[in-house]
Amino acid sequence: MSSEGDRLHVVTADDISEQRKRFGKLLVWGSAGLLALIAVLQAADQNGWLELGFTSWRPTLYAYIFWGICLCASQVITRGEHGKRTLFVLPATLFVVSMVVFPLLFGLVIAFSDWNLASPDGRKFNGIDNLRQMWNDPFYWNALRNMVWYTLAIIVEYAIAFGLALLLNAEIRARKFFRVAFLLPLMLSPVAVSWMIGKSMLENRFGPVARLLRELGVDNPSFFSSPEIAQLMIMLMDAWTYIPFMMIMILAGLQAIPRELNEAARVDGAGPWTQFWEVTFPLMLPVSITAILIRIIFKLKLADIIINVTSGGPGGATDSVTSFIFREYRDRSNVGYGTLLAIVYLVIIVIAMTLLIKAADRWMRPRY
Amino acid sequence: MTTQIFHDTEADRSFKAKRISGRILIYGILIVWAFISIFPIYWTITTSFKMAPDVMKGNMVPWWDYIPKWLGWRSLGLSPDTIANESTVREEFLKRFWNSTVVAVSASMLAVMLGSMTAYGLSRFNYRFGFMRNPDISFFFLSQLILPPVVLALPFLVLYKSLAMLDTRIGLILLYTLTVLPIVIWIMRDQFGSIPTELEEAALVDGLSIWGAFLTIILPIAAPGMVASFILSLVLTWNEYFFAALLTSSHATTLPVMVASQTGSQGISWWSMAALSFAAILPLIIIGIALERFIIKGMAAGAVK
Repeated sequence: MSSEGDRLHVVTADDISEQRKRFGKLLVWGSAGLLALIAVLQAADQNGWLELGFTSWRPTLYAYIFWGICLCASQVITRGEHGKRTLFVLPATLFVVSMVVFPLLFGLVIAFSDWNLASPDGRKFNGIDNLRQMWNDPFYWNALRNMVWYTLAIIVEYAIAFGLALLLNAEIRARKFFRVAFLLPLMLSPVAVSWMIGKSMLENRFGPVARLLRELGVDNPSFFSSPEIAQLMIMLMDAWTYIPFMMIMILAGLQAIPRELNEAARVDGAGPWTQFWEVTFPLMLPVSITAILIRIIFKLKLADIIINVTSGGPGGATDSVTSFIFREYRDRSNVGYGTLLAIVYLVIIVIAMTLLIKAADRWMRPRY
Repeated sequence: MTTQIFHDTEADRSFKAKRISGRILIYGILIVWAFISIFPIYWTITTSFKMAPDVMKGNMVPWWDYIPKWLGWRSLGLSPDTIANESTVREEFLKRFWNSTVVAVSASMLAVMLGSMTAYGLSRFNYRFGFMRNPDISFFFLSQLILPPVVLALPFLVLYKSLAMLDTRIGLILLYTLTVLPIVIWIMRDQFGSIPTELEEAALVDGLSIWGAFLTIILPIAAPGMVASFILSLVLTWNEYFFAALLTSSHATTLPVMVASQTGSQGISWWSMAALSFAAILPLIIIGIALERFIIKGMAAGAVK
């Protein structure tokens, strides 16, 4: 590891003896050997070659944790000051790698097998059968199509959030009250929201919204029986919780714009409308794009409200990919097929987000 | 009697009228949106004090068109007349509440610890793990944000099953730490970037080690960022439903799962559902009102570079 270009220069005068280095290496390899030994023993036990009476894979887990600790300690032992620096990043890296990379690899194995957790047969490798099943599963494609609609709704959310942020940034009284009030929906759990709004306020007979609509002359208002309206209601509920999030980010961006720019524009004779489109909006582009990208990431995880309010109905019209896979598992406990769907979804997301980020990058920094 | 010498001209007066109408419009929109934001919460609170006829008649304002009753809270065992009695529902509720608290607080603390260390290291030193340099490492951590929970859920279900960690708090804590870690790193990287390195240099000259400087000099300065990321993590983990629904069944179930399991069997006993929902969201409403500026600071960190 080189230290040139560090923001913080530390002069190190470590002389680490050969013996100390050897001890550090021994620690890492020794604990790795222990981990391998325990893992092999457990695997043998699992496959019935040996009878050791393990009930779970916990011993391997403990050995793995021990190896992680030894790896961190040996960094300091073998490399002194540089090792101490590595120690800032190493624990989190180990944590994320073991919590993401291993399960993902494991997920890839599961995805190509027929594995029903409820049946005693266990895992059976079945090649691309799951892929073929996915190709012919109209509900999965339907869920993907719904996700496109849900994502497009972000444009409207963004417009509303921008408007609210502009108002909050104007010279108003009781700004703190409005800020807190606007922020509150973000604090509520989606599950509580799905009862508070989806199941009681939007209830057909006694809900206040239905009552209001009846007053206004709509007879028999129903919110979750026709596909389009049900989808719209899900969008509205999700927008209600997340508009404050975009609003706060945009507000922070607005407050960072120096006043002089708008004043100069006014002196030059620009009206409020021109000022917004020629000064404020272009300056807000980077913030807007960050806010929208993060919002898209959150939107792609949308599930709680759908699971609790409509559970995908009517006829899969409101299904998101996540809620669909959730029910796929709950109803049929088919781990293999569900994992394949999830991994396909991940691949689609990664490709789409990469393209989107590239496009946003080019758009924000045009080359002349 | 004095006569006014200086008058607003005709043009000034029309400007004033325009300004006033503009004000009214701004406040009108603000008040409408504040109503939209607050009404569902108000509705939940008032419904928890209603009785069946009040719900059916659509009464809204307590003491005006209905008399508040403790019905909903009695079914939770939290009303004044039942608080002293034994109540299985209350036991259940408190157990879930405690689970949620333990899981959310420990996951957030773990994430803030790991995240601060990582963000500090990345903002001060150059690393090279194989082909990965600092920007790649940062991207590796932040890219975890894209990962949808559903991809991890089923592998973890199988993994936890073989590790005997299904339905345990520690299993949930580890997963929740993973989900909020990118957000913490994002906020803290911003925070450490704004602290000048001269501070640590002075501390190092005075004989502190790099970890000593980090723990005693830098962390106290970065405390606002840590509080902000802690609270954001707390909000996200307290409200998490998806993993909790899949990975817990009876022992480690959190509050959102309890609320969700009650919604199915609601019938028209809205008052008890309202009481339960309100009890579930109350802690965060209090946090939101009391610590609003930290939440805003946390979310603004990513927006303005």
